Amino acid sequence: MSTVGINKDYLGRTFPATSPYEVSRVKIAEFAEAIGDPNPVFRDRDAAQAAGYPDVIAPPTFPVVIATAASGRAVADPGLGLNYAMVVHGEQRFEYSRPLRAGDVVTAQSAISGIREVGPMTMLTTETQIRTVDGEHICTGFSTLVERGAA
Amino acid sequence: MSGPARYADVATGTALPAVSYPVTRLSLVKYCGASGDFNVIHWNERIARSVGLPDVIAHGMFTMAQAGRYVTDWAGDAGAMVEFGVRFSAPVVVPDDDAGATIQVSGTVEEKLDGNRVVLGLTARSGEAKVLTRARAVVRLP
Repeated sequence: MSTVGINKDYLGRTFPATSPYEVSRVKIAEFAEAIGDPNPVFRDRDAAQAAGYPDVIAPPTFPVVIATAASGRAVADPGLGLNYAMVVHGEQRFEYSRPLRAGDVVTAQSAISGIREVGPMTMLTTETQIRTVDGEHICTGFSTLVERGAA
Repeated sequence: MSGPARYADVATGTALPAVSYPVTRLSLVKYCGASGDFNVIHWNERIARSVGLPDVIAHGMFTMAQAGRYVTDWAGDAGAMVEFGVRFSAPVVVPDDDAGATIQVSGTVEEKLDGNRVVLGLTARSGEAKVLTRARAVVRLP
């Protein structure tokens, strides 16, 4: 059993959206370099335009950079009772309307969409919507954290 | 990498060639900085061992990024992803040497959907360990 129980009243709770985040070419290129992906559409505006995009686009997992700021607010809420030291990333999923691209100004907003207890473990799922400041949906990230229960 | 995949040419059940991606300690340091995830288990062997890990491990999202690259390279369009999900089933252990570790990704065309969408089932291994399970990507093809 967990020594500190999770507060199931948090299921369905929505947290405040993050401040606007401006996606830059430099940050996309840095991220692409860090994951070792040499694709020119992540670095070169001409290559991105030749592929049909208005500017360089971001790799599919780039939204986690933005989503983590929002979902972090949810999982770190002291009222939730999650023991962060015991947490590992269990699952991740994205649903995309389109790729993020340089020049997008977006906010992320998280809600707690699942709380499940499996034996000594607690599985917490957050759902994070990333939208432009004009309200266009870019993607939704679903992240499941697993809190290993203290024996 | 070999030009865009076309919906009409894709057949359900086709196995896609496996690709191996290297991961070193330097990869993890770069990923810490680029992602903002500075969890010590991704760069500090002493602390990683103290919490019961065999060594420093890669970020789950780094491994997912390699599977993402596998998919977008196959599709020939880095913006083709409609849906992408994984379960992190085992850590990628990254030793402190020049070789590091390898993440091997393979995939199968599982289903063709309407709207030119194709479902890929993915597998990722590092050494003997299956590091991603239930890994699935939906891409839209021309």
